Amino acid sequence: MSESPPTTTQLPAQSPPVDPAETTEAAEHGAPAASGARLSWWHGDGGEGAKRNLALIGVLLALFAIGAATRSDLYANPDWVWANMLSILKLASVVGVVTVGMTFVIIGGGIDLSVGAIVALAGVWCTTVATQSFGAGGMIFTAIIVGVAVGLVNGVLIAYGRLVPFIATLAMLVAARGLAAEISQKQTQISENSVINGIASNSLLGIPLLVYILAAVVAGGWVLLNRTTFGRRTVAVGGNPEAARLAGIDVKRHTLLLYALSGLCCGIAAIMLTAQATSAQAAMANLYELDAIAAVIIGGTLLSGGRGTIVGSLLGVIIFATITNLFAINGLSTEAQNMVKGGIIVAAVLIQQVQFGTLSQFFRRNRLTTS
Amino acid sequence: MTQHSRDMSRRRLLFGGAAVGAGVILAGCTSNEQTPTEAQTKAADGNANAEPGKQVTIGFSAPAADHGWIAAITNNAKAQAAAYSDVEFKTVEAGADAAAQRAALSTLISQRPDVIVLLPHDGKELNSFGLEAMQAGIPVINLDRAFPDAKAYRLQIKGDNYGMGVSAATFIVEQLKAKGVSNPVIAEIAGMDELELTQERTKGFNDTLAQHGLKVENRRAARFTADSGQQEASQLLQALPKIDAIWNHDDDQGIGVLAAISQASRNEFFMVGGAGSKKAMEDIQADNTVLKATVTYSPSMASSAISLARLIGQDRGMSDLVELQVPKEIVLASETITKENASNYLKLGF
Repeated sequence: MSESPPTTTQLPAQSPPVDPAETTEAAEHGAPAASGARLSWWHGDGGEGAKRNLALIGVLLALFAIGAATRSDLYANPDWVWANMLSILKLASVVGVVTVGMTFVIIGGGIDLSVGAIVALAGVWCTTVATQSFGAGGMIFTAIIVGVAVGLVNGVLIAYGRLVPFIATLAMLVAARGLAAEISQKQTQISENSVINGIASNSLLGIPLLVYILAAVVAGGWVLLNRTTFGRRTVAVGGNPEAARLAGIDVKRHTLLLYALSGLCCGIAAIMLTAQATSAQAAMANLYELDAIAAVIIGGTLLSGGRGTIVGSLLGVIIFATITNLFAINGLSTEAQNMVKGGIIVAAVLIQQVQFGTLSQFFRRNRLTTS
Repeated sequence: MTQHSRDMSRRRLLFGGAAVGAGVILAGCTSNEQTPTEAQTKAADGNANAEPGKQVTIGFSAPAADHGWIAAITNNAKAQAAAYSDVEFKTVEAGADAAAQRAALSTLISQRPDVIVLLPHDGKELNSFGLEAMQAGIPVINLDRAFPDAKAYRLQIKGDNYGMGVSAATFIVEQLKAKGVSNPVIAEIAGMDELELTQERTKGFNDTLAQHGLKVENRRAARFTADSGQQEASQLLQALPKIDAIWNHDDDQGIGVLAAISQASRNEFFMVGGAGSKKAMEDIQADNTVLKATVTYSPSMASSAISLARLIGQDRGMSDLVELQVPKEIVLASETITKENASNYLKLGF
């Protein structure tokens, strides 16, 4: 995944010999949020991102306060509070891993609607009787290869077949779920493998393994985005593909790799979700694409690409998981919960627009036309 | 330059080879040689209706849902039809929604089957199709999702969603009484909340609990899938540090619910399932999880629907009844499966 190959071989043969670091840096300056600054861990994506991440942490604290106020009986017990925080992180872990891949795709100017379907296909494929006979290693290998392979198909269709990402991944959404239903014969396939199931039930030093996996994927994604040429190129390709191409980046190949990366994340998520549910079926990971896209958006990544943060996306996922938890501990209905989630997405986007001044422009324009 | 391109081609070969190899291995891994779910058929036995009669063509349509219960419905219908020498079985895919199913059904009408057995996506939306087919002289058998209009079907056979709730609550109340629990904490994990059947199940459950002065403390709605069951259950367990009884509406999602319970190392309560899957019955029989009972909503109704369609097509009645024709409405009772009677029901598990 984190393949950042010897850059000289990657440049087209006819392009003049330029220092690749310089070119990507140049291309990146064309992008809206040029950073270049290497500050603290959340500054990596630019000062704007840091401010927004602080705001998201503020939202999380507010949700925590609401929880503590509405269920003071439960929150009085520190053991329960700790267990509850771990349960929120476990709830966030699977979507969180998917969201890391989605963040890359969206920063790179694309979108991947097929992530939920890929998770389902990889989950179903790795729990067939034949795959399970190869043990945990075989199951993990299968899930990851299936995820990457489907991602590559998406990437080839989009980068080389020139399909619009929305269309290509929408088609994959339908097709991958179809294949998953075909393989599983619409049955729920139970995972009998104790090593796989243990991923969801075991802890290390009091922290569930799922949380470690989420942390590792987020850390890997952060380094890849902020500290490697691959990450710089992603920002450049999403900000202005033409400028990126002129700067010597193989935009098509890079796009292909972005979808493969998303597929890889889905493969990892499939193992985690299979472990949690101790089973897999074609309808699993329902609407994860929307959860992931929503988290990416409230995390402050531009849907049009060229700017975004991994930490913001992670906070987005955790906020959604916290809301789910908040509604569950108060015994409120799922419908109300979904309405609140929708409201939060709209609010997040409105705040972004205020920050960029587009909203005030919009109001000014409206006033002009109405008067 | 040549050195460079040779490097490239070697790398491509390597990657290409690896990709093909992985592809071959993976393709082998799709095999699912499980013992196929045994269909729930009733072989023609000694009664008078067993004798082959007039040749009957039965048209069948059910949603292509990705849920074990619907899969069992289709399998059962097919298997039961195959058990009769005088039945020809024609199935049409119901597609993704009511509109697609209506389109598929109109091609079925044009083939003039003798009887149509139909599990509609939505009974209300396909009511007009039922009327149309009945007016064209083709008896329609509605499977499980009722048409509002009585003229739209010849026979309706369905499970009892309200009754499931009643059976589950009754079992829970009995158990709690036997244990002498006062002020019990009762939780519920429902299925897809936008479906009417979920509402009916919940109503039956609440009504029966209310008769005994009890209520549901917390209710989460999952989506009939194991992963959603796991997620909702994990949050429910978080919300209620101590529970006495849980009713989970669906055994398929129950796989995930049981996973969440064991992941949270909780066992202070007992659980009742719903639908009656084979896995649930085996768990109940083994008695090593919190699952102590399940209330049935059996897909065997599809087998019965085919048998009755044959009788209607042949103008015969049910031999144990006095009437010369098949009745118009059959509602299956929701039975409670416990450790004691699980062995009787195992053959009906799906």
